[in-house]
Amino acid sequence: MNRLVVASIGPASSVQDGGRPGAQRYGLTPSGAMDRLALAAANILVSNEPFAAAVEIGPFGATFTARDGAVRVAIAGAPRNADIAGRTVAMDASVTLKDGETLTLGFARGGAFTYLAIEGGIKGEPVFGSLAVNARAGLGSPYPRPLQAGDEFTVDAASGAPELRIELPKPSSGPIRVVLGPQDDEFDDANKALFLGSEWKISATSDRMGYWLEGPPIKHLHGHNIVSDGTVNGSIQVPGNGAPIALMMDRGTSGGYPKIATVITADVGRLAQTSAGTAFRFLELTMAEAQDEARKFAQLIRNLSDRLRSADTVALNVEALNDANVAGYAVSAVDAGTWQVAAEP
Amino acid sequence: MAATLPPPRLLPSGDSAVTVEFSRTIDDAANERVLALDKALAASPIDGITESVPTYRSLLVHYDPGMIGFDELGEKLLVLTSQPLPPATKARRWRIPVAYGGEHGIDIEDVAKALNTTPDDIVARHVAGDYRVAMIGFTPGWSYLSGLDKSLHMSRRQSPRLLTPAGTISIGGIQAGIQCLAAPSGWHLLGRTPVRTYQLHRNPTFLTEPGDRVTFFAIDHKTFEEQDRAAEAGEIIAEQEVA
Repeated sequence: MNRLVVASIGPASSVQDGGRPGAQRYGLTPSGAMDRLALAAANILVSNEPFAAAVEIGPFGATFTARDGAVRVAIAGAPRNADIAGRTVAMDASVTLKDGETLTLGFARGGAFTYLAIEGGIKGEPVFGSLAVNARAGLGSPYPRPLQAGDEFTVDAASGAPELRIELPKPSSGPIRVVLGPQDDEFDDANKALFLGSEWKISATSDRMGYWLEGPPIKHLHGHNIVSDGTVNGSIQVPGNGAPIALMMDRGTSGGYPKIATVITADVGRLAQTSAGTAFRFLELTMAEAQDEARKFAQLIRNLSDRLRSADTVALNVEALNDANVAGYAVSAVDAGTWQVAAEP
Repeated sequence: MAATLPPPRLLPSGDSAVTVEFSRTIDDAANERVLALDKALAASPIDGITESVPTYRSLLVHYDPGMIGFDELGEKLLVLTSQPLPPATKARRWRIPVAYGGEHGIDIEDVAKALNTTPDDIVARHVAGDYRVAMIGFTPGWSYLSGLDKSLHMSRRQSPRLLTPAGTISIGGIQAGIQCLAAPSGWHLLGRTPVRTYQLHRNPTFLTEPGDRVTFFAIDHKTFEEQDRAAEAGEIIAEQEVA
């Protein structure tokens, strides 16, 4: 069998997929990719299911070497310099490593997590339907822990399929959108306004369990102890010291601090990709607006394969050009797929 | 009966979950309504609900907003919660062995001192309790129990410990707990049980369910070691009876 060897890798890197929901009633958190859109994009590029397991690479660099044959992979998510033996490799694209070749990924340039999907997926023993690593519960496969140098994956031989790239919507730099609640009534109007009106930064101590937010302290109306209740991805709880914590994929399934707001589904991955120290704000949406965004986000992921292009076409920002009314719909000067019978998928 | 049940509060937990809150405090009657709604949803599922998570005082309902919106789901949940509670079914009872004190229960001396009594008396009060699994949360198998003797109510430690052992039996505030995996905790550690409430390759993986009854009995530390090995090999160890 062909192998992909982790020659080097930084901390906070692990195998992740769509996660294992369904057992939160037993205290088992779903885990899964911090940025589901990037996971899906990487997987779609190598014809995997969108939420198949891939390597979630933390902010530091990593190198992967193909052994016993060629291995086809794709990378998406936080941008970084990537090359194979000095040849630049594009983000949001697939690439094939010949036997013995090494893919070198630099530090994340903005964002935190990059996904390396492997054609044919990662082989392992699913637990509750998932290979996702949850180090605290000792779950995850093939390694129930963060990845280390020397780890390796048994993989399918590269198919030789033409390489692809994917045109994702331009990442928004706007505020992280939230719905207030479930315990916004534990805060007075002034403190809710302070939460929504202030600039926040993510502390460097943040991890897959939670993002610690730095900003003005938020005061509670009745103290910081509530009876523990259930949490979701993106719950923003406010502990006694007033510094909010956004709960992420390895969160406890219950928590005993008041939750002032919840990040909308469409923005949890954007929050996950906000680098430590970068200033951002929150914006309150109504429930109707948030659910509309959730449906659009689900549709974006469902229809990702429509965004695949042949890798040898020029990667321009087609959306921006369309917005500028430069390119037509029927025949586009910038989208080779519409005028050239290229190696389309 | 039905008319006397106040409607729960429907609290948005983002765009894909709603917290159905029956009480703001720990209250067995509210917890029964939580578990009743959970059972009602299992018996007659609402399209779009993906998972429900019972806690002390609320049921967290996860759903797909592509299938059902907040308002429509809320109406359906309110109809279900206005129904009279079903007659109580017989609960399972688990008898859980505990090695109290010593290295397994490092806080028992301090708890005894704080309550002006002896460690043996703390054990006697703890094993006399008839507990109910009110919820399971935080980490896999962590079972939060109601029914702690009032004389054992005491506030949590000022500074939580960053790591407490697997199998820890502890008390905190008005609650008792069975902790399965090593984890941080601010509770007072009375002992350890060899019983795993969560064990990956065992059938069942999860032992306790919300609504189960629990009693404890003391074992010596040598028995703990033997049972701990058996439990590691997959034995359930806890004795089960229908209450």
